[in-house]
Amino acid sequence: MTSVMDIINGAASLIVGMGVTIKAFFSPVVTVQYPRQTINITPRFRGHTKLVADDEKPERTKCIVCGMCERNCPSKSIKRVSGEKMEGEKKKTATEYILNFTTCSQCGICVETCPVDALAFSADYNLAGFKREDFYFDLVKEFEKRKTNR
Amino acid sequence: MNELNNIMSIIGKETVRAIIGLIGVLVLVVINALILTWAERKVAGHMQRRIAAKEVGPFGLIQPIADSLKLLGKELITPANVERSLFYLAPTLIFIPVLVSFVVIPFDSYLQVKDMNVGILVILAFSSLSVLSILIAGWGSNNKYSLIGAIRSVAQNIAYEIPLLLSLLPVIIIAHSLSLKDIVEAQNGLWFVVYQPFAFLIFFIASVAETNRTPFDLPEAESELVAGFHTEYTGMRFALFFLAEYTNIFIVSAIAATFFLGGYQGPILPGIVWFFIKTYFLVFVILWMRWTFPRVRFDQLLNFSWKVLIPTSLVNLIITAGILKL
Repeated sequence: MTSVMDIINGAASLIVGMGVTIKAFFSPVVTVQYPRQTINITPRFRGHTKLVADDEKPERTKCIVCGMCERNCPSKSIKRVSGEKMEGEKKKTATEYILNFTTCSQCGICVETCPVDALAFSADYNLAGFKREDFYFDLVKEFEKRKTNR
Repeated sequence: MNELNNIMSIIGKETVRAIIGLIGVLVLVVINALILTWAERKVAGHMQRRIAAKEVGPFGLIQPIADSLKLLGKELITPANVERSLFYLAPTLIFIPVLVSFVVIPFDSYLQVKDMNVGILVILAFSSLSVLSILIAGWGSNNKYSLIGAIRSVAQNIAYEIPLLLSLLPVIIIAHSLSLKDIVEAQNGLWFVVYQPFAFLIFFIASVAETNRTPFDLPEAESELVAGFHTEYTGMRFALFFLAEYTNIFIVSAIAATFFLGGYQGPILPGIVWFFIKTYFLVFVILWMRWTFPRVRFDQLLNFSWKVLIPTSLVNLIITAGILKL
């Protein structure tokens, strides 16, 4: 008698299992077709840092080349921040900002310490390269590129 | 038309019919395999809530053709210590029962290569030959995994051939004929699945086991036996095993549709459409089962056949015969 009950219970569980798969069969797919579709990057995502455009003059960055980020970086990832005083400007303008992304751990101390809030995290995650040097980013150049794309 | 009549008068009507039938069967076998490889990927994908093949052609429809071209282009490797004659023989031999089975299947009331009065016996006799080619493949490969896979396949196929036959017998008793066409004609009105639900269920389970599909795919259990009996095969030789497997799925579904679901009988639509709808529905159920159930253990597999399916089908047969005698 128990074996007959076993067969009935087993058959019922098989039908339940097939119900689960047929439901999944008619449900919408949950995968993202990566190269063609991308998921939305959350606002708190930490990519590499980027320079933020000035509020009044969007063609230049907020950076005043004070060097606070460079001094405070715990892993010495910010290699060089240099700039010069342009004609008619009160503050220095950044001409070069080299970030060594290979050692950067996205801790955010540079973003925190920046006195003029010139740094922010980007949403850039599609990073791949063949050389170590591919990850020495010049954030000023990157900013210029973003500016022309806009 | 005149030329065809001339040819017929020279070599005889039956020969022309056989040649046309053979061409039709070969075309059907290839197209069916292409559809099923595609369908299997799609069913697997959507049951796991992903898209599956989609890059080659619209909805990935060209994917099976790309696959077959890849298999055609592959080198045929013969491993060093195989039993050469048997190793070459097995992929060819597995294809013969598959082709013969198509001869007696009625696709429509007029569309059948040959209506034999022992139709179902032909199919059952020849389909038991596929065990032999699996055994030859496993033995000839000279590989422990292949041999274990082949031995499992033999044990499993012998165990499940009995309930397969016993579940078809009640239908034969009701229809008073072994010819598949007569059996379909006998279902004009009410399908035999209504009279014989248990026989249908037993036949379906046994036929899934006969075709070595999951959950009964122990002969090629990839987690234990690499790929079972076709571990050592490459390129087109492997493709022939694959083709035979997919064609076997079609054949068992076609037999189930013929015996229990009224074959080509159905309203409005032409008979051949009904036949393919019923057959491919059962094929879909087999694919569906594959992506739902895990593989059974070997002792469970044999116990299920000998202790459950065979007694149940015997009781079913006796009851059917008794009721018909009354």
